[in-house]
Amino acid sequence: MSDSSSPAHSDQHYLSMDLLRFTTAGRVDDGKSTLIGRLLYDSKAIFEDQLEAIERATEQRGEETLNLSLLTDGLRAEREQGITIDVAYRYFATPRRKFIVADTPGHIQYTRNMVTGASTANLAIVLVDARKGVIEQTCRHSFIASLLRIPHLVVAINKMDLVNWSEARYNEIVAQFSEFASRLEIPDIKFIPISALHGDNVVDKSAKSPWYQGGALLYTLETVYIGSDHNHIDARFPVQTVIRPNNDTHHDFRGFAGRVAGGVFKPGDEIVAQPSGLTSRITALHGPEGQLTEAFSPMSVVMTLADEIDISRGDMIVKANNPPHVTQDIEAMLCWFSEKKLQPGGKYLVRHTTREAKCVLKAVRFKVNINTLHKVEGDLDLGMNDIGRVQLRTAVPLLCDSYQRNRATGSFILVDEFTNATVAAGMIL
Amino acid sequence: MSSYNLTHLAQLEHEAIFIMREVAAQFERPALLFSGGKDSIVMVKLAQKAFWPAKFPFPLVHIDTGHNFPETIAFRDQLVAETKSRLIVRYVADSIKAGRAVEEKGPNPSRNSLQTVTLVDTIEELKYDACLGGARRDEEKARAKERIFSARDEFGQWDPKNQRPELWNLFNGRKHVGENFRVFPLSNWTEMDVWQYIAREQLAIPSIYFSHDREVVNRNGVLLAKSPWITLLPGEKYEQKRVRFRTVGDATCTGSVLSTASTLAEIIQEVASARQTERGTRADDKRSDTAMEDRKKKGYF
Repeated sequence: MSDSSSPAHSDQHYLSMDLLRFTTAGRVDDGKSTLIGRLLYDSKAIFEDQLEAIERATEQRGEETLNLSLLTDGLRAEREQGITIDVAYRYFATPRRKFIVADTPGHIQYTRNMVTGASTANLAIVLVDARKGVIEQTCRHSFIASLLRIPHLVVAINKMDLVNWSEARYNEIVAQFSEFASRLEIPDIKFIPISALHGDNVVDKSAKSPWYQGGALLYTLETVYIGSDHNHIDARFPVQTVIRPNNDTHHDFRGFAGRVAGGVFKPGDEIVAQPSGLTSRITALHGPEGQLTEAFSPMSVVMTLADEIDISRGDMIVKANNPPHVTQDIEAMLCWFSEKKLQPGGKYLVRHTTREAKCVLKAVRFKVNINTLHKVEGDLDLGMNDIGRVQLRTAVPLLCDSYQRNRATGSFILVDEFTNATVAAGMIL
Repeated sequence: MSSYNLTHLAQLEHEAIFIMREVAAQFERPALLFSGGKDSIVMVKLAQKAFWPAKFPFPLVHIDTGHNFPETIAFRDQLVAETKSRLIVRYVADSIKAGRAVEEKGPNPSRNSLQTVTLVDTIEELKYDACLGGARRDEEKARAKERIFSARDEFGQWDPKNQRPELWNLFNGRKHVGENFRVFPLSNWTEMDVWQYIAREQLAIPSIYFSHDREVVNRNGVLLAKSPWITLLPGEKYEQKRVRFRTVGDATCTGSVLSTASTLAEIIQEVASARQTERGTRADDKRSDTAMEDRKKKGYF
């Protein structure tokens, strides 16, 4: 590595870089750590002292090749047991983009961790071992990516060196995966043949795959179009808190603070406050850098209105011609996280946008086998890491959209009233 | 159609502001832990923006080890005056006097881990239910796994194996009486992001971040500044060097780096080409491979 500074950070280039959040999932031996290690190392996100530390640790463990998983497996218990317990977040940047990687373990707690990592991701990388092809785990990872509506999926067919860079084998796996993926709802799927160990098609295009027409993995990560990943159609503004300075310069100021969850708001727009149905007009939008001419997702803004209407945390400001669903009856896909099984008829707290409400779990409709996507017949027990379709009844109406239409207003978590633990994640149908 | 894209810095800023407002909305007695370092300076700026035109609804709390660089304290007091914020200081020395903490032995006794005692006592005394901190996940591998809303038990302890899953932007701040939260709005920021933000916002920072001449002693590869709390070992001597600090912590455990960077632009260039993490200059992290995790489990920041 040269000592010269990367162009990413010169000439105020950072004022035009954007951000891609992606998730990776897989077992220890499918090359995931090696792949992430390579992306980090080649983009200079691994520093000498970190490298020395893992070299030392690798040696102490009596292992021969540099164990890059030690970069992310930082907890004492993880190092002792050689496992990844939790989602680890890693960061790197290239001249084009900053990346946040949610690195999730494939073995224990896989659903809980994958779902957590996937909930904020724009893109998922699914690793396939070229020798093994599409296996159960590939399906599971892809299904969770689809369920969580990650818009972009990259299938990295790894260990191509071990199948002599066979184009036929590559095509076979692409066909296998495509057949399976026809049952999923992922708008953008790309395939890339790689060797994470040797770096082929990871950062630079490899000469070993002249038959492959696409770009290297990093190029794909840098250029995938994410501008339309947020909903910019349905105007949604869940109110977080009301700002009332009560000082001399802003005596009558009453602003509604929140993060735009969809659509575009502009000063002058006619709005409706839900659930009250009261109407008003936007007088100004204040962002972190001052007054705005428009606000869109995921911006944090303060909105002032022409009329003094009653709005507080948990309410939602929307536009008249495009209301959200206002309902106490929710149908949703639910991922269960707790060791204590879901109790049919049990009461939980639901957290949805900035609203919190009591709810009762009316029914489990069916449970999904996440490896085959088939319904599990005759079993409605949702335990840790299970996914199923449920019906909820909330104490007050939720102001929501389907998760398919809007990830921000279609998602919720369930909290156990007694332990305060987050026991489930839900996606509204 | 115009493009609805935000730069990475803008996205991080919007996220941090959202998190701060969640804290104000979900907790009754929040506080912002303030050290005078660059991350807490960025935190104060974000807090100002999050609640503008109102003042931010929490005090700044400084757990003072007494081993500070004087420049940091001067800077702190000036910032408090300029932002008209409320500052609460609690001293590790008082915890030692009261017999609640015991000074370390050795040539540079660090009060770094003793801060935990004072911090947990302060949280109890003032009944804070959420403490905002400027820690980032890129700093250290235990931090890489900590939640943005990090639940602590009544002893302030972190249990890494029993963390609440954190999905989308839904933060679960529910707690039992006596429990509290540490909240980290800069979780997704890197050292580079912090510097770029300081440059974009033209924030003032303590002078010790910029290159200056200082007497330092090289101890195990860490360039420690001359201070009343360091005793030279046989064979050691102070040397005049041109240095700056990448992090600002206790004088006893924060090393400087050789540097000629005297402007923000030069610091950004230097950080971009750095081959060592900023915590590579921290003697407190060098004590063991899991030093940070071990301290956090006991209630550290």
